[in-house]
Amino acid sequence: MKRIVILGGGTGGTLVANRLRKMLSSAEAEIVVVDQDDQHVYQPGLLFVPFGLSDVDHIVRPRARQLHAGIHFHESAIDRVEVGANEVYLSDGACLSYDILVIATGAILAPEETEGLLGPGWMDKVFTFYGPEPAAALEKALGAFEGGHIVVNVVDMPIKCPVAPLEFCFLADWYFTERGIRDKVQLTYVTPLDGAFTKPIASKHLASMLADKNIELVTEFNTGEVDGAGGNLIAYDGREVAFDLAVVIPLHSGAGYVARSPGLGDELNFVPADEHTLQAKASPNIFVIGDAANVPASKAGSVTHYEGETVVDNIRRFLDDEPLEPGFDGHANCFIESGFHKALLIDFNYETEPLPGHYPSAVGLPLLKESRLNHLGKLMFQWFYWHSLLPGRDIPGIGSDMPSAGKVKEAQPERSAS
Amino acid sequence: MTTTTQQLDVELNEEGFFVHPEEWTEEMVPELARREGIDEITDAHWTVIRYMRAAFAANGTGPTVRALGKSSGVTIMELYHLFPKGPAKIAAKIAGIPKPRGCI
Repeated sequence: MKRIVILGGGTGGTLVANRLRKMLSSAEAEIVVVDQDDQHVYQPGLLFVPFGLSDVDHIVRPRARQLHAGIHFHESAIDRVEVGANEVYLSDGACLSYDILVIATGAILAPEETEGLLGPGWMDKVFTFYGPEPAAALEKALGAFEGGHIVVNVVDMPIKCPVAPLEFCFLADWYFTERGIRDKVQLTYVTPLDGAFTKPIASKHLASMLADKNIELVTEFNTGEVDGAGGNLIAYDGREVAFDLAVVIPLHSGAGYVARSPGLGDELNFVPADEHTLQAKASPNIFVIGDAANVPASKAGSVTHYEGETVVDNIRRFLDDEPLEPGFDGHANCFIESGFHKALLIDFNYETEPLPGHYPSAVGLPLLKESRLNHLGKLMFQWFYWHSLLPGRDIPGIGSDMPSAGKVKEAQPERSAS
Repeated sequence: MTTTTQQLDVELNEEGFFVHPEEWTEEMVPELARREGIDEITDAHWTVIRYMRAAFAANGTGPTVRALGKSSGVTIMELYHLFPKGPAKIAAKIAGIPKPRGCI
């Protein structure tokens, strides 16, 4: 009997464990999921917490309860992986040997890497919504905010859900409009990118939405220091942006044990993997899913969901000594909340940037366009996450590959002549 | 799009990055740097440029500023002194490699 050890019981670890358990009998494989705690956070819900549109109790469930019968859940932090020996050492003293290892430990926040971010002013004038406790603290701060300058700052990429900071700006515009003090609140989005978003067509569209909502956009700002007491963001090139309240998305890293596992990760503790097969560069019997991976895809739940099919299929192929299938195309899609009961939907992969049109075919949700239907889609998604995505059920009509049927393909980024 | 200047005959994309990194030679560096407003190439510049080439050869993409700061031996602060308009992008242009893919 083989043993498959899955590190991480979040989106990727849970859906891979459940899909593997359906595919492999208990005589064929033992499946062990390891996580340091038993709190599975529905991370897309964090965006809504600061605005009182959701609360932490509503978005956290026990990890073990999301796993099918026949999957062993081991609660412990991870000390290290010994790649050559096929062993994982846990902080509780246990050592798990494995035939196949799945890395699904996501990304963690590294606020300590930015000078001053955790200094005076942290949780007083400087907040984040990337995490249950900080999001709840930010809700109190926004509730007490009566006017002034709010800046939303992404320190550097990569971050989880790259559209979330933009959504935060849109929701803040709506929130202060509802409170009747929007005219007393200045909103500024400060990003290290050269536009509102990474992909040209979507970037242009989102930049014009920021302008329409009177949200200032500051680009190519590489935050070197956060002066919480003085209320100032300071860039490496010397530029400054003053604030009364800052919402900062800190630097992200891979999990800490990756650094203690020789040969496994890169300098940021993400785990390099083949971008199509999701097999780790470190070893053929290690696969990587979700935010933990160093692949050129967005760090987002939808990406993790689409990667799941490839990872599970390639684990079966590996067990059967068959060549791996380069099945993952980089597919991502994201609902972007724009406030006032509306949202946009974007859909893209490694090759195709987000285009206008409809998803998944000509009849479907509008792409790159605000609509009430997309907002309902975003709200409904939480139910779907717990009841369909994590259990590893297929959704009729929605495959893992990016659909192109409903897209307007002639829309290409404008090239500068010369 | 092909951009031809008096000294270089290489294909650049619309953002000014090399389309074919193999066309790059060390002799092009002073001219590429001059176009980015850097008139004097120091040993520290060369450290970063050679590191960018090596990282691209190993990983198929250039490092981000943060990865450069952690692994090139040059601190992020120094990197901004060397390449004030953005170390990862400017150093990638001068090193003749594509735009770093880290930012998605």
